[in-house]
Parts: sequence; structure tokens; C-alpha cells
Amino acid sequence: MIAALKDVEVRYGERPVLGPIDFALGAGEIVALVGPSGCGKSTAMRLLAGLEQPSGGAVVREIGKGETSLVFQAPTLAPWMDAAANVALPLELIGTPREAARRQAVDWLSRVGLAGAETKRPAQLSGGMAMRVSLARALAASPRLLLLDEPFAALDEITRRRLADDVLGLWADLEPTILFVTHNVEEAVYMARRVVVMSAGPGRIAGELAIEGPLPRPEGFRATAGFREAAETVSRLLAGGRP
Amino acid sequence: MRRIIELIAPLALVAVLLAGWEIACRVMEVPVYLLPAPSAVWTSLIADWAALAHAAWTTLSMALNALAIASLCACALALVGGLSPFVEKAIQPVAVTIQVTPVIAIAPLVMIWTGLDHPERAIIVLATIVAFFPIYSGAATGLRAADPDLQRLFALYGASRWQTLTRLRLPSAVPALVEGHKVATALAVIGAVVAEFVAGSGGAQGLAWRIIESANRLQTARVFAALVTLAVMAALLYALVDILERRILAWWRGR
Repeated sequence: MIAALKDVEVRYGERPVLGPIDFALGAGEIVALVGPSGCGKSTAMRLLAGLEQPSGGAVVREIGKGETSLVFQAPTLAPWMDAAANVALPLELIGTPREAARRQAVDWLSRVGLAGAETKRPAQLSGGMAMRVSLARALAASPRLLLLDEPFAALDEITRRRLADDVLGLWADLEPTILFVTHNVEEAVYMARRVVVMSAGPGRIAGELAIEGPLPRPEGFRATAGFREAAETVSRLLAGGRP
Repeated sequence: MRRIIELIAPLALVAVLLAGWEIACRVMEVPVYLLPAPSAVWTSLIADWAALAHAAWTTLSMALNALAIASLCACALALVGGLSPFVEKAIQPVAVTIQVTPVIAIAPLVMIWTGLDHPERAIIVLATIVAFFPIYSGAATGLRAADPDLQRLFALYGASRWQTLTRLRLPSAVPALVEGHKVATALAVIGAVVAEFVAGSGGAQGLAWRIIESANRLQTARVFAALVTLAVMAALLYALVDILERRILAWWRGR
């Protein structure tokens, strides 16, 4: 176990937003969290990141500061810095000297397929490229926990599929714990070993499903009966039915 | 083609208006002290250009001095306010009150304090007060404008307050800062001219002083010549600031 929510509740004023929920992430796990908008997925993520405090219950984090990374829906790059400087930022914030951070950043950019884009500014990158920079920035600090908050939501289908495979490849190499928040059922099933389904008002865990099959996914995985069956089950859970 | 039209259209309008003005003055034989024809204004401009240029420089340098002082004070205060929400809350109502008080009403006091024989000091102080608020407001807004997700990222990696300020909040403030300075530049010129009118004496012989002096002598063509000089000066300054703004923003955005 690397991080967990234990009987956690979040209320904004009198309004209950989340919970009570119990949720744990094992070391090296890759888990997808699906649910309708407003079900508290992102709140759960911020709790696990330590960026928000629960109104009740406990958040357990067995990782230190600087060992958690976040990727947001938008690339969220600083427009005034070039790609390498954006990737180097977390390293510098945790105390890596500037030049070493830049060298590592250039390295990370090439690992996400952006060799040669080091001096490009975010405005000069396509949506997919900017997301890769964002991913490189999240990985640069060698996080033990990587939180992905609907990172592909703004991208086109081809780009998001390619990025999904890239994330799985990087996960296989580095084995961080990944929590992947999405509202896309197929993406959840494709990306994760375990899909946790949430329901809204207030956010609760509606069910959970283990996904079979190798990771990273082999070609044609989306066409297999197992994939489609799992996606069906998750959809039913989302709709409020039994698995 | 469209650029050429955009350039020619306003010039054509000015030419038509000037021609109409000239013809009307000649046909109706308007007395020159009431409304001089454009040709008379032109003659006055040519005859007086050295004095006008000197007056323009006097007004401009007072406005620019005021802008520099306002910029320093406003940025420093905004920075302190950015570091301490308590200070920001304290400054905000005071700054707004100074902003909404008509500067002309403060002028007599400022003149007493800066010394009646130094009108240029009073003018700079008054123009500074006018130029202060847009810069302060821009800087304060800018320092709060950092992307909330980027702020989360900084928190996630345990960034210090200083790191968050220098690496995130200050760079994020650039567009609002530039905009504030742009507005302040125009206001500084207006402030300097208004203050000159109030100060009125011969210590600071800027364009406004020339306008008053010529009007008192019913030399209306010279009034117009000074007005034209003032308008051209303000327009050129604005154009310069506009180019600077675009350059800086292009650099900031990376395109």
C-alpha cells in the first residue's frame, strides 16, 4: 500500500461532496477511477496528492513530499518557459541544480518522443505534444505515485490512443503507482489492472472490476471479447446496475 | 491591400475635415482669434516649432518621470501585498480612495507641500498619483493570476514561498503588468497636462502652459499648434507603448 483513503468524507460547507469512501493504492498498481462528472474523482485525487484535507476520515500516504506527480486535464505548462524548462521545473523545486535538471529534462523529453523539441515554447506545440511535455514533467521527479486527472480528455482519438500506449510503456519501465481518472469507460478498461467505478451525489464507490490481460496492451486488445465484456460491466456499474 | 485602406481611410477623413475647415474659414471670414484656418495653425507650428518641441519635451519628461516613480511604488506595494494578504487588504481601499479622488482637488495641497516655486515637482507628484493605480491594480491582479493547477504543482513539490513568487507568480503577472503600464502611460500624460493647468505658473513651461499663455493673449492659432503637438506626442507615445506591449507579450507567450 502506498496511499489510501480511509473512511474519508469531504463536505463543502454543509454539502457532502465525497464519501464516506475507502480506497487504497498498492505499490506499482495501475488503477483507473471512472465516474460521472461531479462525482468527486478529482477531489479524491487531490486528497491522495495531499493537496486537500478531508472533512472526516484519514488519508494515509506512505510517500514523502515530492514523490507524487500530477498530470492535469490541460497540459498546464508555463507559457514563458521552453519545453525543457517546464520539464526541469519539478526537479529544480526539489533541489536539483539547474544544469543537471535541464540535462535530465532533455532526456525525459526524448523518452516521451519529443527529442529536438527542448527549446520549443508551449504555444508552438500541438495539443498532443504539450500533453507529452506535461507527462515528461510529471515523470521527471521520478514519482512513486503518478496521478493522471483525465489527461487525454482534450485530445483527438488517435492522439489519445497513442498516448495511452505510451503511458503504459513508461509504466512498465518505471513501475510507479498510477491512478488514472477518466470518464471514458473504454479508456479506463484499456489502461488499468483494476477499474474503480464511482457514483455521484455524494461521490461513493459503486463497484470495482479487475481487468485481465497483459499490460502494456497487445495490438488488437480493444477488439477482444474480454475487453468488450469488461467495458460492458463497467458501463452497467456506472449506470447504477449490478456487475 | 486592406492594410493600405486601413492606413489611408483615417488620413482621408482628416484631409476632408481640414479642407472643409479651411474653406469655411475663408468663405465666412471667421476672425482668426475665434477660429484660425488650418493654414494659420500650420504657419504657427512652423514658426514656433522649436519652442513647441521644447514644451513637448518638458511635458513628456515630467510624464515619464511620473510613470517611473509610479511604476516603482506600485510594483513594490503590489509585491508586498502579494506576499502578505493582510497588507494587500490594508492597501486596497486606500489605493481606491486615492484613485477616485479627482487629482485637481489634491493639486493645491501638493503644490504647497512641494514648494510653490517648484511647479514641476508638483506636476510630477500629481501625474504619479494618476499613473499609480492602473499599475498597482495590474500588478496585484497579475500576482493573483497564476494558473491554479500550476500553483498545485508548486505545492506538490514543496516549493517555498520565494520559489512560488519568483518562478510562478511574477512571470504569470507579466501580461497584467504590461497592460497596467500601458494604461498608466496614457494617464501620466493626461495627469501631467492637467497638473500643468493647475500649477499654471512659468516654472514648468510645458505644452499646457503654452496653451494657457496663448489663450490668454487670444493667439488662437498658437493654442491649436500646441494642441496638435500634444496630440501627436501622445499618439506617438501610445504607438511606442503598443509596440512594446506586443513585443513583450509575444516573448512571454513564445510566439
